[in-house]
Amino acid sequence: MSKPVLILGAGSDIARALGHELAAAGHDLYLAGRHPEELEKDARDLQLRYSINARGMFFDALDFDSHQTFYESLEPGPYGLVLAFGLLGEEDQARKTRKHWEKIIHTNYTGCISILTIAANHLEQAGEGFILGISSVAGDRGRKANYVYGSAKAGLSTFLSGLRNRLHSKGVRVITVKPGFVRTRMTRDMDLPARLTASPEQAARDIFKAIIKQKEIVYTRWMWRWIMLVIKCIPERVFKRMSI
Amino acid sequence: MLLSNWNNYPRIEAKLEDLRTEGQALQMLEMNRYCIPRGLGRSYGDCSMNRFVISTPKFCRFISMDSNRGILECEAGASLEHILRVIIPRGWFLPVTPGTSHVTLGGAIASDVHGKNHHLHGAFGSHVLDLRLLTPRGDILNCSRDKDHDIFEAVCGGMGLLGLILSARIRLVPLESVFIRQKTLPAKDLDELMGFFQEYQAGTYSVAWMDCLQKGKKLGRGLFMLGEHCRAGEAPHAELLPPATGGARLPFTPPCRALTNPGIKAFNSLYYTLNSRRKGRSVTDLKSFFYPLDGLRDWNQLYGPQGFLQYQFVLPRCSSGAGLQKILQHIHSFGLHPYLAVLKLLGPGQGPLSFPMPGYTLALDFPIRAGLFSLLNTLDRVVLNLGGRIYLAKDARMQKDMLWQGYPRIKEFLNLKKRLDPENKLSSLQSRRLGICQNPY
Ligand SMILES: Cc1cc2nc3c(=O)[nH]c(=O)nc-3n(C[C@H](O)[C@H](O)[C@H](O)COP(=O)(O)OP(=O)(O)OC[C@H]3O[C@@H](n4cnc5c(N)ncnc54)[C@H](O)[C@@H]3O)c2cc1C
Ligand SMILES: NC(=O)c1ccc[n+]([C@@H]2O[C@H](COP(=O)([O-])OP(=O)(O)OC[C@H]3O[C@@H](n4cnc5c(N)ncnc54)[C@H](OP(=O)(O)O)[C@@H]3O)[C@@H](O)[C@H]2O)c1
Repeated sequence: MSKPVLILGAGSDIARALGHELAAAGHDLYLAGRHPEELEKDARDLQLRYSINARGMFFDALDFDSHQTFYESLEPGPYGLVLAFGLLGEEDQARKTRKHWEKIIHTNYTGCISILTIAANHLEQAGEGFILGISSVAGDRGRKANYVYGSAKAGLSTFLSGLRNRLHSKGVRVITVKPGFVRTRMTRDMDLPARLTASPEQAARDIFKAIIKQKEIVYTRWMWRWIMLVIKCIPERVFKRMSI
Repeated sequence: MLLSNWNNYPRIEAKLEDLRTEGQALQMLEMNRYCIPRGLGRSYGDCSMNRFVISTPKFCRFISMDSNRGILECEAGASLEHILRVIIPRGWFLPVTPGTSHVTLGGAIASDVHGKNHHLHGAFGSHVLDLRLLTPRGDILNCSRDKDHDIFEAVCGGMGLLGLILSARIRLVPLESVFIRQKTLPAKDLDELMGFFQEYQAGTYSVAWMDCLQKGKKLGRGLFMLGEHCRAGEAPHAELLPPATGGARLPFTPPCRALTNPGIKAFNSLYYTLNSRRKGRSVTDLKSFFYPLDGLRDWNQLYGPQGFLQYQFVLPRCSSGAGLQKILQHIHSFGLHPYLAVLKLLGPGQGPLSFPMPGYTLALDFPIRAGLFSLLNTLDRVVLNLGGRIYLAKDARMQKDMLWQGYPRIKEFLNLKKRLDPENKLSSLQSRRLGICQNPY
């Protein structure tokens, strides 16, 4: 296999589009997620189109106990890892039921720490490769609309930053992706402003560019970097009254 | 969202749901009372439009490819462009292709599209080996010429009304190079143009561009274009398809029509003169030969926000000459000029709603403006009286009788519709306008 990349949450719209970019560049792929039969079809498709090797496999971010065995079953071990799974959840439900906020936190944060810790140790040993995590602009500042999700993403961004600091000298790159709005299954019932919204393909191109161009933190679409810069500058005493 | 097809007319408020997996398809059919599949919306009109739309372009995986025998199987949302990217480097080509590669496999089958080689090789459906159809009742049928052949035939050209095509296996044709030997012959009038189609019937690809602004003796003057694949030895060099590029995109939607009558007139004359001087042979690549407009994205916006119509009809061969004359004269008397006119000789057709029949087909692009609809109603009468018909994939306005008289096998189709979809779950604006489905919107 040539520089295989493991995609976790490979059925996500952004991940599927990224799969095409990576396969077109010649990477072999492990496509992992909760619907291995569909991922197997995706794998077959990518093999046919790009003459690479690809495999679909089962992975559940919430089943922490399985992560070690899962990762070690990959032969050859991945050169790169893309963490794409996530759960937006519903804020009002998160206010009412513990089960729901736990699921949001465990999917977007704890599950990530669990699998990334294992992967980081292996890549550190290998002395090369990359880890790419899809976080969110929602992690840059807490808003009433999705602060449980946002706080988990903030945790993920911080974790990735620390990991980058740790692995930099070991030849392993860590990339944090912060999408703004992307038109995917996650946002399908939302009315998104067209100018600020990326298609999954656009987001995937931005993410792929970040991988080749050795970037650390990327926003997609690009203007979100500046939008979030402004939003982060608003003093809390003003921000608390706002509805954005 | 506001939805329209390629010609931006009509435009309706609709909900599009992306199809990704087979399982979802079943759910969507169960959940929604009335819906219609839609591919890349490259038809001109309302055939793939409804309040609820099953959008297929994300359901586009390659399932298998036999590179020795040239057999390809894909999910229905795969675009011909993506298919070409995979098959050309392996030495295969599509047996039939429309004038744009931005259509889906499902859309190509559902409209039973034709190409420049129809007179020899038939329409797209003729090259489908089998297909998997999800019926509105939730059954998955694997149909072919041997199994459920009546359904198979009717699905090809069936405009998405009998079921959702999930996937299909098609037979490809071998390709030795990416080059086409092209021959362009100027014709001074309609007779000469039709004469060329007669004379070059054995040629693989033929089509003619007509300068519709000419009257009197020059009526129907145009350029006849003939193409043959270059064999490996004849190709100028042996490289395969040039890398696919995104194409220049029009930077914005012009607030009004960017194409104007005097502009079009000047363009037509110039195009004719330049090409008649350059007549003769040349070598070109597949993309420029088959998809000249695909390089310019969103060219449909040039017609402005009110959109345009394409009027495509076919006349039986015996009445084609007189019929075409008559139609061109009507157009002149209305003073509404088509911006583009393409003539082609077709061979026999297949399915009950499939468009082709032996004879000449003319496709005319008109910007929408006052008087157009009454001109087209007049043309309808001519077409109907001469035993011709209109292409459903290019229709946004015709009345019931055009379907019922133009497509003599409509009863056969309706019987199948009753059998497979008694509740008319699959219905489009077009199918209701034409009386195929009576249910409310
Ligand atoms: C520039 C240009 C050139 C063209 N040249 C030609 C030509 O040379 N010859 C020709 O024949 N046509 C031509 N066309 C028309 C075009 O090929 C057809 O309209 C084609 O059907 C469009 O495919 P689509 O995927 O965009 O489908 P849509 O336009 O979205 O849908 C077309 C029909 O197919 C049905 N459909 C789509 N997917 C499915 C599915 N999975 N299952 C069941 N039904 C489905 C829809 O319900 C609808 O009735 C041209 C169009 C353009 C824009
Ligand atoms: N879309 C946006 O606007 C946006 C904005 C900012 C950040 N993001 C982030 O981008 C990433 C990709 O999301 P998307 O927009 O492409 O949405 P998506 O299509 O809904 O993808 C989310 C994916 O996460 C998977 N997943 C959820 N829980 C899982 C679990 N326990 N184990 C394994 N996989 C699990 C889902 O798998 P199933 O297929 O099994 O459900 C799904 O494939 C997410 O991390 C998201 O937070 C998205």
